[in-house]
Amino acid sequence: MAILKTENLTYCYSTGTPFEVTALDNANIEIDDGELVAVIGHTGSGKSTLIQHFNGLLKPTSGKVLVDGKDIWESKASLREARFKVGLCFQYPEYQLFEETSYKDIAFGPKNMKLSEEEIDRRVRKAAEFVGVTDDMLERSPFDLSGGEKRRVAIAGVMAMEPKILILDEPTSGLDPKGRDKILGLIKEYRQETGSTVMIVSHSMEDVAKIATKVLVMNSSKVMSYDTVDETYKRADEIMQMGLDVPQITKIFMGLHEKGFPVRTNIYTVEQGIEEIKRIRGQVNGL
Amino acid sequence: MMKDITIGQYFPGNSVIHRMDPRMKLVLTFLYIIVIFVCKNFYSLGAMVFALVLMVLFSQIPVKTILKSVKPIFIIIVFTAILNVLYTTNGTILFEWKFIHISTGGIYTAVFMVIRIISLVVASSLLTYTTSPTLITDAIERLLSPLKFMRNSVHTIAMMMTIALRFIPTLIEEFDKITSAQKARGADLETGTLVERAKALIPIFIPLFITSFRRAYELAYAMECRCYHGGEGRTRMKQMKLHGFDVVGLVFMVVVTAGVVSLNIVFPHLI
Ligand SMILES: Nc1ncnc2c1ncn2[C@@H]1O[C@H](COP(=O)(O)OP(=O)(O)OP(=O)(O)O)[C@@H](O)[C@H]1O
Ligand SMILES: [Mg+2]
Repeated sequence: MAILKTENLTYCYSTGTPFEVTALDNANIEIDDGELVAVIGHTGSGKSTLIQHFNGLLKPTSGKVLVDGKDIWESKASLREARFKVGLCFQYPEYQLFEETSYKDIAFGPKNMKLSEEEIDRRVRKAAEFVGVTDDMLERSPFDLSGGEKRRVAIAGVMAMEPKILILDEPTSGLDPKGRDKILGLIKEYRQETGSTVMIVSHSMEDVAKIATKVLVMNSSKVMSYDTVDETYKRADEIMQMGLDVPQITKIFMGLHEKGFPVRTNIYTVEQGIEEIKRIRGQVNGL
Repeated sequence: MMKDITIGQYFPGNSVIHRMDPRMKLVLTFLYIIVIFVCKNFYSLGAMVFALVLMVLFSQIPVKTILKSVKPIFIIIVFTAILNVLYTTNGTILFEWKFIHISTGGIYTAVFMVIRIISLVVASSLLTYTTSPTLITDAIERLLSPLKFMRNSVHTIAMMMTIALRFIPTLIEEFDKITSAQKARGADLETGTLVERAKALIPIFIPLFITSFRRAYELAYAMECRCYHGGEGRTRMKQMKLHGFDVVGLVFMVVVTAGVVSLNIVFPHLI
């Protein structure tokens, strides 16, 4: 059964003013348990708006959001339940840190869930260990950490709530390639270890290709497609037309294809590229 | 949410009123407010309302938006009306009960006051609706700059106002964002006692203050990097010029003022 589902979800900002914008237009999505979904789309396509519906931060203008088959806006209790089932980590989460120590900050979520002291402690230590926050860092003020460390503390703060669905809005923005790979690796590992459903919003198809199982493409407030990475990259040219960048390796293979080489175009990692070159080696003269 | 507040909101447009010199708009709005208080009877007040309606029409701001600017002071208007009805006792008595006397005079005064307040608010809103906050502060600075002895402090204050105004929307946006983020971590802002709710604001205000300080430092550095050192010897990128329609606006206001003064003399009574 789908763990997350939307029915004709529409959302408008500033309704009833001259500045009304439809940021989300009739979205129908069904996400299965255990997927690692990447949400892509260019700036202003409605990605952040979409994900803020999943834990009830935004109330749909029309349509429904179902978590575990239950309408989250049914009652106050169901809304609160969705808040804890769906963990949402915003873009630049390091700017939301506020406690005296990193430990206390990570504990903020679990504390709000009214868990016991021991359980809070267990979760905080587990999440901290997972993202590589050392005991020494836990005792320090979060404001004394480096940018990348702050980011990891903030992500741990959401992970410590142990949500069934973890959603991260552009978790890698503003990090260097090493920091980026580290965060992406963590997210992949988290899913494997806990079996939870994970969703990440990203601008970079390169990042997405590395870890996702499914890709949700958004374009001007609409859901364009929701499919496997393979299928999505078959339509790399459409994606490029929407103003998104595809991985460089994909561009190379699209170019080769255009020049008349019998290669597939849904290549998105270097390994796949090597395989593909090996495959056509026998067929083409001079290779 | 917080975004819906519309204090001094600017509605971009291209009407004659939008294109008028901000200095002229400022002066004329000031003049309008003074003349509103000069009005002594319904005839002169009517002339002022008529002038205001004309200006609103020319500005092409939707009437609905204009009415929205009156909404926040609705209570004040009602309060003023009631006080005036109760405390003015000339004219014929219409209704009497214990200490309450309602007279025609009271009702006239109340209506007069209400119209006066609404015109006042609409006129000043018209200024902020059609002029961006930066232009307003800029205009204030230029109008005050002939005061040589305090020229530098005029510039500093204007710069501070410009920066403050510029960052109000940013702060509101930031506030909304942090609120959402903390709600996503289960922060409960809606229920609980007053103390609990006040406490629930800590996780929002600490990050907000920290971000603001960071932003202030960044802005200061950026300004210094571009060699900003106060108003001395600074020239302007945008020059303000008076156009034909600015003069028309001025003439219009002068005529209205003259009209109001003569109407005041011709009709010495409220009605
Ligand atoms: N608080 C708001 N008030 C009014 N309009 C908004 C608000 N937030 C977003 N919008 C508008 O809604 C649309 C979708 O915004 P959204 O933040 O969902 O885009 P996004 O896909 O997340 O973009 P980005 O990749 O830049 O984060 C945009 O056109 C934006 O201008
Ligand atoms: Mg976004």
